[in-house]
Amino acid sequence: MSTIAAIQNEIVAEFEILGDDRESTIFYIMELGGNLEPYPEDLRKDEYIIQGCQSKVWLVAEEKEGKVHYRADSNTDITKGLISLLIRVLNHRSPKEILEADLDFIPRIGMGSILGSQRSNGLASMMNQMKRYALAFQTKQNA
Amino acid sequence: MAIQVNSIRSQFPILHQEVNGNPLIYFDNAATTQKPKVVLDAIQNYYEVDNSNIHRGAHTLADRATRQFEETRESLREFIGARESAEIIFTRGTTESINLVAKTFGSKFIQKGDEIIISTLEHHSNIVPWQMLCEQNGATLRVIPITDAGELIWDEFEKLLSPKTKLVSVVHASNALGTINPVKRIIDAAHSVGAKVLLDGAQSTSHLDVDVRALDCDFLAFSAHKLYGPTGLGVLYGKRELLEAIPPFLGGGEMIREVTFEKTTYNTIPFKFEAGTPSIAEVIAFKPALDFITSTGKQIIHHHEQDLLQYAVDLLKDVKGVIPVGTASEKVAVFSFNIQSMHPFDVGQLLDAKGIAVRTGHHCTQPLMRRLGLEGTVRASFAAYNTRSEVEVFAQAVTKIANLKNK
Repeated sequence: MSTIAAIQNEIVAEFEILGDDRESTIFYIMELGGNLEPYPEDLRKDEYIIQGCQSKVWLVAEEKEGKVHYRADSNTDITKGLISLLIRVLNHRSPKEILEADLDFIPRIGMGSILGSQRSNGLASMMNQMKRYALAFQTKQNA
Repeated sequence: MAIQVNSIRSQFPILHQEVNGNPLIYFDNAATTQKPKVVLDAIQNYYEVDNSNIHRGAHTLADRATRQFEETRESLREFIGARESAEIIFTRGTTESINLVAKTFGSKFIQKGDEIIISTLEHHSNIVPWQMLCEQNGATLRVIPITDAGELIWDEFEKLLSPKTKLVSVVHASNALGTINPVKRIIDAAHSVGAKVLLDGAQSTSHLDVDVRALDCDFLAFSAHKLYGPTGLGVLYGKRELLEAIPPFLGGGEMIREVTFEKTTYNTIPFKFEAGTPSIAEVIAFKPALDFITSTGKQIIHHHEQDLLQYAVDLLKDVKGVIPVGTASEKVAVFSFNIQSMHPFDVGQLLDAKGIAVRTGHHCTQPLMRRLGLEGTVRASFAAYNTRSEVEVFAQAVTKIANLKNK
């Protein structure tokens, strides 16, 4: 499995092909949302909604053989696309790897300026929540 | 007479820029309008030439500032057809104007067992102050329901009216859907049971000729920044006898006649309600904004905006997946819509990529959105400086987005 840094570079290279056209970048992000594994309906509960996002984001995680497995969904396509990228980078890794990850691909693919400050804060909440799950699993592993 | 859009556009410096590589198309006018150069110049000129505190200074600058400040009050009197300028109170915005009435009129004239009527179309700023008041004094809030098109159901309103009704506080034109309410009829019906009426004129005063004497409304609240004027400034109109009968809102300087540690007597209206140093520059710069509207012609602006609205409706009516929201027969220039299978945020983001500024979300009308079964809408709202070709670019962009998921 490639490193987190390598996968982020891969994503950046994919977006570079689109050039700096905002509309194409957004269309592409929206398409990526379609790659998300279907989110289980019984987990579509308010307790799994991430606070601080303008759109609704549900995120759950479980640990399988020492690796973290995330599932998430959103009611907006752009957010779904962003989640699919985050999951592509972080899924099936150890809590330690996730906690140490330096996630820098969002500004590198030009999404920072597209999202604006409010949605960027939402994205930060999403990343924090993913790390919080990893921390919980790590604490459990070390206990 | 036709509107001279190019000449109007040349007066608004902000419009002449590119956003994300495209010419800016500003369709978020229901949130705030842009400001003509005369307004910007007035702010600059005030600070460069006349800046001083008003009403008490015994020097030339103070006198100049006071005179200009009071000239705006007089312009506003004329703008809304009030009897006298003392009935015009400056606030921080529509929200503060409504809160002022809730805190003062509400505390004096509304008691436990009394009722306040609002409508499903209200902005949160015409809901929450009344809920707070009801919590405090045990009064009851009643809500006029609407049809799916976004119009008040008159029979239901009549059923709600009773001698218990002390106040009807309704929006003149809906910010989310554009619906123009039959306010003259509402006011007459409310008065027939002895209730007073507050009109939320935040959206109507910029699009319609609002005459408080012809309407006979008791209070009218609106904001300068939606009328091509500065932000942070609002207006409350109230009938003299009411303003005199209700207690002051905030205590402090300017609103007093005499202060001793034993007892304070209050100033006359409007100053009784204007504690502290007001937004002097903003008030002074509001006058050229009103002059801009009056000299362009309220009727001419209204006609132009209605043309843009109808054009947008026509261009998009047969586009698969475009769902107009709010189809009342009388509307101000607000085009609210959704695209099938898409969230309004995504639509807004894609329009922004094309330089088109619209509002997305619940528009501070969550109960209305809940009634319509929607999370939100995309809202394009037009003003005097918008053009038919902008509407065309917008319609093309919306069509392209709609085609994504609705082939």
